[in-house]
Amino acid sequence: MKIRRRRQTQEVKVPKQAKPVRQEFKQNRAAGGSVKDKLVIYRDLHIQAWFCSLLRLGKTPFASAITIAVLAISIALAGSFQLLLINVQQIAGNLETSAQISLFLRENINENRANILADTLRKNPAIESVQVISKEQGRILFKTFGNFGAAIDMLDENPLPVVLEIMPKNTLDDKGQIATMVNTLKQRQEVGYVRMDMEWLQRLKAIMAVARRLFVVLNALLGFAVLFIIGNTIRLELNNRQEEIMITKLVGATNGFIATPFVYTGFWIGFFAGVLAWFIVALLMVSLRIPVEVLSSNYNGNFHLLFLSVGDSIKLIFISALLGMLGSCLVLFNQLKNTNPQ
Amino acid sequence: MLKFDNVCKRYPQTGDVLRGVSFHLQRGEIAFLTGHSGAGKSTLLKLIALMERCNSGEICLDGQKLSHVKNNQIPYLRRKMGFIFQDYKLLHDRTIFENVALPLVIAGYGHQETTRKVRAILDKVGLSGKEHKFPLALSGGEQQRVGIARAVVNKPPIIIADEPTGNLDPELSEEIMHLFEGFQQVGVTVLIASHDIALIERMRHRVLKLEHGQLFAG
Repeated sequence: MKIRRRRQTQEVKVPKQAKPVRQEFKQNRAAGGSVKDKLVIYRDLHIQAWFCSLLRLGKTPFASAITIAVLAISIALAGSFQLLLINVQQIAGNLETSAQISLFLRENINENRANILADTLRKNPAIESVQVISKEQGRILFKTFGNFGAAIDMLDENPLPVVLEIMPKNTLDDKGQIATMVNTLKQRQEVGYVRMDMEWLQRLKAIMAVARRLFVVLNALLGFAVLFIIGNTIRLELNNRQEEIMITKLVGATNGFIATPFVYTGFWIGFFAGVLAWFIVALLMVSLRIPVEVLSSNYNGNFHLLFLSVGDSIKLIFISALLGMLGSCLVLFNQLKNTNPQ
Repeated sequence: MLKFDNVCKRYPQTGDVLRGVSFHLQRGEIAFLTGHSGAGKSTLLKLIALMERCNSGEICLDGQKLSHVKNNQIPYLRRKMGFIFQDYKLLHDRTIFENVALPLVIAGYGHQETTRKVRAILDKVGLSGKEHKFPLALSGGEQQRVGIARAVVNKPPIIIADEPTGNLDPELSEEIMHLFEGFQQVGVTVLIASHDIALIERMRHRVLKLEHGQLFAG
């Protein structure tokens, strides 16, 4: 006997006059209250999620620490690349001002003739200054800045030529103008060999452009790694809390509501990884400082190791926290859509 | 309030689970849904909760056609229903208060209003003073009352209970049933899936009997 329509028998207790459903029942989309109240509630909800996700991380200290350490190393690598670039750029900046031309005069040219040549060159409007480095001065420089001093002493005669160090005017930025000058200098009969520091500076600049591009690509890759590591961590967390998510969904939670604490979990992981990464980079810098100072003094340079500025440090931590949130969003939207109560 | 019109549900593996099920529950009505296991009780409840969609026919809840409800609207629809489960489905890492407050927090109630409502409903189910305990510190009957409190705290117009007394002794079951009758008094529709025949007969409410996916009596 299949009953298609509802049939009320006498036994069935149906209140003759069921009370009308109270207005409150209709409030299913959101609770009442002014816009301001709702904003306050919304803010409180986020503050709570923010703290709860932090506490939850603390509940599994070992797992959280491992994740954060892995991320911190990736972020520290990216930070170190950046720092390396900043420092190499600093060296390049120091060298930029020393775009000088060295004229190695022929062996038979003595100091007097060199001085005459220097005076002639000083009249050239394109030349800022000319410095004569005599054979003896050359020998002393050689002994001070190289390890060949002893070798030179062993020779009977000083083999070094007289050198004229020419500093072109700064207005000669154009590579062509300097090249023309170099060509005219080369044609002088006193000149044996012309070396231009610009050439290797140009090469250094080109190498740095390559390095910069390489670091951008590497940093992007590391950023993706961070994104995916955090995404995976959040995915595992979602799996662990599957039951809770299903219950919350049955009680009427939207995906956004469920996602909020997980996004904050991503934020915290990223934040702590950023802070730890900063310390790793700092440690790296401290360990490099002394050898770099030694190297710098060897090159007579006033080069000091630059560390991440306050702005850069904040940027590092901010970016890693942001990556944390993005990484969790990446997983959450797909995963929550597919997690449905059974 | 709740209207099934010729509803069919078919699973690819098991074939037809519900065949042409039609019934209509009025506002403020209590009904039992019975049947052997595998008769389609759970499927019917899942269709109401929109955990599943029916293959044909139409389900109407509070004047809203469920087939027209988009996936992103499901959460808002579920706030109109209170679900009660045989295994209570409480969150064990949260206190009784937090468990019961969950639907209110989700619906966006403020702290004060939430506290007031939760206190009131806990008082009603006889659990006042236990709000800071954790679910596992409570007996089965108490846990189920927490589940009921959570289901009704947001005052939904319909309560769906899946074997709510399945894990409880007869005395506790009776108590729980009286709670449901209390909600009925204020105009809430209650649908209870149960196979506790003795209890059903004692309560003398409307009975919807499912057999092999078809509805008998009611």
